[in-house]
Amino acid sequence: MIAPTTEALLDREASERMYELMLTTKLADDQAREETKAGRLQAAFYPVRGLEAVCAALGEVLRPDDQLVSTYRNLGDALAKGVSLRAIMAELYGRIDGVSKGKGGAMHLHDTAVGFMTTTGIVGSGLPIALGLGLGAQLDGSDRAVVVTFGDGATSIGAAHEALNLAVLWRLPILFLCQNNQWGEHTPIAEYAGSTDLRARVEAYGMPAHRVDGFDLFATLRCLRDAVASLRAGRGPVFVEAMTYRLTGHTGTADFSYVPADELAAAMARDPAPVFRSWLVESGTLTQGEADEVEHRAEQAVADAFAFAQASPLPGPAELWTDVFATDVVTWEER
Amino acid sequence: MLAEPKTEEMTSAVAMNSALDCAMAADPKVILLGEDIADPIGGVFKVSKGLSTKYGAHRVRATPISEQAIVGTAIGLSLAGYRPVAEIMFFDFITVAMDQIVNHATKLRYMSGGATPAPITVRTTVGGSRFGAQHAQSLEAWFMHTPGIKVVMPSNPVDAKGLLTSCIFDDDPCLFIEHLNLAYSSKAEVPVDDLRMPLGKANVLTAGGDVTLITYGATVPLVRAAAETLAGQGISAEIIDLRTLMPLDLDTVFESVSKTRRAVVVHEATQFMGPGAEIGAQIHEQLFGELLGPVLRVGARFTPVPFSPGLSNAPSTERILTAVHSLLDQP
Repeated sequence: MIAPTTEALLDREASERMYELMLTTKLADDQAREETKAGRLQAAFYPVRGLEAVCAALGEVLRPDDQLVSTYRNLGDALAKGVSLRAIMAELYGRIDGVSKGKGGAMHLHDTAVGFMTTTGIVGSGLPIALGLGLGAQLDGSDRAVVVTFGDGATSIGAAHEALNLAVLWRLPILFLCQNNQWGEHTPIAEYAGSTDLRARVEAYGMPAHRVDGFDLFATLRCLRDAVASLRAGRGPVFVEAMTYRLTGHTGTADFSYVPADELAAAMARDPAPVFRSWLVESGTLTQGEADEVEHRAEQAVADAFAFAQASPLPGPAELWTDVFATDVVTWEER
Repeated sequence: MLAEPKTEEMTSAVAMNSALDCAMAADPKVILLGEDIADPIGGVFKVSKGLSTKYGAHRVRATPISEQAIVGTAIGLSLAGYRPVAEIMFFDFITVAMDQIVNHATKLRYMSGGATPAPITVRTTVGGSRFGAQHAQSLEAWFMHTPGIKVVMPSNPVDAKGLLTSCIFDDDPCLFIEHLNLAYSSKAEVPVDDLRMPLGKANVLTAGGDVTLITYGATVPLVRAAAETLAGQGISAEIIDLRTLMPLDLDTVFESVSKTRRAVVVHEATQFMGPGAEIGAQIHEQLFGELLGPVLRVGARFTPVPFSPGLSNAPSTERILTAVHSLLDQP
């Protein structure tokens, strides 16, 4: 149960908005995993269950012109930044109405119109790309914020450390948001990291680094809001380690039996969307009926997106050759 | 009648500096990134000398020794609307940045259905063995093998300026490879103003009727020397400087080989699985019935680049001559 805090004064619309986003993310994630298990969705889908509060808080603090680089575990990030659920789902199914005309797949979402710049399937490789976006904002003299999200596993990759160092050196306006779900694929954090205090590790680079309970929507919201305000004020990069837990397997179909039952049960008891609903009702922010209404809207949106995706055609064969280069480069294989 | 463009005598290194200078003057979105590239050193090979003084350290950015961060920053900048030019000091170091180049820069356009291309230029150097095997490899075949990136390797100062400028303003990621043996040796009259050359157009250096010698980069002078020797023997060779390896100008190659009916591909990259393997296969597939002999290759031996002057795995004029003679001696 989230303890009522001063954030109880948070306006009703924002609360409702965040609840709807968390719920939509959860329901779409559940549905995508069901579809992959049933064999109807032939995609490597990486669930985001457990990250809903972090994503909702991020969506709430960012402006449309802020830019986000995400990972393959990206559904919550994408929805938070405003990418169309229909286009995301169509991309999962490899359909022409997907964000990438079906040519990218679940791991390669983007919508630059809403600042969702790119996503990467290579762990940790988004951090160096965020440097360039941050530098672009700095050179433009803009106060837009750049955020890069990544899991705890990414902090073992060299690229991440190169990026943290350079971001500090150049005081780039980047929020490094580690969505720490405690697992690097099938390995628990304590078995791959000599020090599991990622915040402390990053602090050694000379960057302000914070650790926050990622299941606590309000605490996360407060932390991210401060971090982004600091970026906009030109005070350089910030690292935030949001502590969550992966509530599903590594992929939509992966075995999950290796996760300790007690750990999972404890995390499930704090499942962000349902917990937030209880708080919304108990705090009097929403009535039972209003919460049901939000739930109904989220269900409708998810059902609509899946139906849209499944009805969208596959890309035609000519699409194979487009978008390799800016203008068609005839290769001799084609002749 | 148009006035001749103003020219100055330049080495390739100076010509590339001029290309960067003109590009930066033409477009404030051109940003340079790389280790040691700012003044006073201006790059260990001096290619960016003077530019940070002229355009400011915000546009000519000396970086830490972080190849992944250099290329990643270039990609992010390109997503933000800039035209970054990243310097990777030695071609060998590109292995450190391989993820950013081949998984990201080359794929972003395709994976996004055309929405998020990454028009970056990566400059790098190659050649010579005075640093040993980790500072001299010719790795262009790796990139020719990767859809989504253009691969350019000039052989003279004029091409160096024109092609580099075109890479910077091209809408695709470009890998621009500078050979250290060519960078400072020969000079040529190079236009001082903005100069651009189309990517994907080979240059027929000499016309000939007996054999086509296909090459690029540092082996161009070797092939020229071989052709002179052949001329003395009454054999006329047509030399093609590819200049761009992707897009590969096979039209020019086919046209020439249709005429000469013999071809030798010469490059400094490893012969086995090198660029000549594909070029040779293409010629065989297209012109098999017209050939008077197999397409031969002269490339580096399949060893790491040796350090000792007593050893060399690189192609030589002698090896080129041997290849041509063996072709002409075909029954």
